[in-house]
Amino acid sequence: MTTETATNASAAPHADHETNYIAIFVYLTILTGAELLVYSMNLPTVIKIGLLVALALAKATMVAMYFMHLAMERRGLWIVAATPLFLVAFCYLMLRPDLSKRAWAHTARVPGAVTTDASAAPNS
Amino acid sequence: MSEAAAVDTHAHGAEFVDQLEPSLTPGNSGKLGMWVFLAGDAMTFGVAIAAYGALRYHNVNWPNPSDYLGITTTAVMTFILICSSVTMVEALSGIQHGNQSKFRTFMFLTIVGGIAFLSMQAFEWHHLIGERGMSIKRDLFDATFFVLTGFHGCHVFGGVVYNSVLLIRGFTGKITQAKAGLVEIAGLYWHFVDLVWILIFTFVYLI
Repeated sequence: MTTETATNASAAPHADHETNYIAIFVYLTILTGAELLVYSMNLPTVIKIGLLVALALAKATMVAMYFMHLAMERRGLWIVAATPLFLVAFCYLMLRPDLSKRAWAHTARVPGAVTTDASAAPNS
Repeated sequence: MSEAAAVDTHAHGAEFVDQLEPSLTPGNSGKLGMWVFLAGDAMTFGVAIAAYGALRYHNVNWPNPSDYLGITTTAVMTFILICSSVTMVEALSGIQHGNQSKFRTFMFLTIVGGIAFLSMQAFEWHHLIGERGMSIKRDLFDATFFVLTGFHGCHVFGGVVYNSVLLIRGFTGKITQAKAGLVEIAGLYWHFVDLVWILIFTFVYLI
């Protein structure tokens, strides 16, 4: 099989599985708006972080499934995609006992450098 | 060698070649190669984000990111990357259907989106370094911020160059419907960059 026919063969299946990318775009935009809404709300920290992480993971999953065509690929490829997640989790869990025993120095911020949120944004 | 034997040998040869094709991405070994590369890259980003989380979790003096970082600018940057992902899939759709005009237009828009993102990041960094006094050497907050966003920015720059090469090859007639797989592979990289930014935006800016 030549390179030309190989690339053509890979393109053909996706032409048959035409996804409504505009709908995915709308969902991603809505989820981003929801993130900003949660960010601006005065919620308890745990709930706020939980919601923000859940929304980010939902967006990332949509990008992987539809824009990167993982939903249309063979299930075996999911192993390649999911492997880093397990390895990162493993790495973090292995390092965590060491991290918890260290007192990380954090240089005090320059007085006056901390500003209000309204003036923090470069364009606000 | 008789004609029948020659045909038989050819048939066995074709079968042999087919067996060598990667089963995960039939017909396109380049796509499997890109997925493996992205898995390695995901490890790098994943460990960097995990390290950021660990450093922040164990540091009671960690400042509130909203006191330093502008959310409005980065929300627009996020929207731009999402838009560029849509234009990328439309470019792929165009070349898969043999529509060169659609491919070139949407690939150009994808590149414009990447350049816009990088320009806004440069503007943000200029503001933070020049006016807020942030520096990669000052403390962990600054160091982790610049490493994460800078490493991602390098990937966006790489994606812009990658897509630009494909667009130039498209204009010279070297990217045809038969080679749509090359655009699909580039798309995988671009969407991965978008995916990573979604996580960085949440973990570094919003939380």
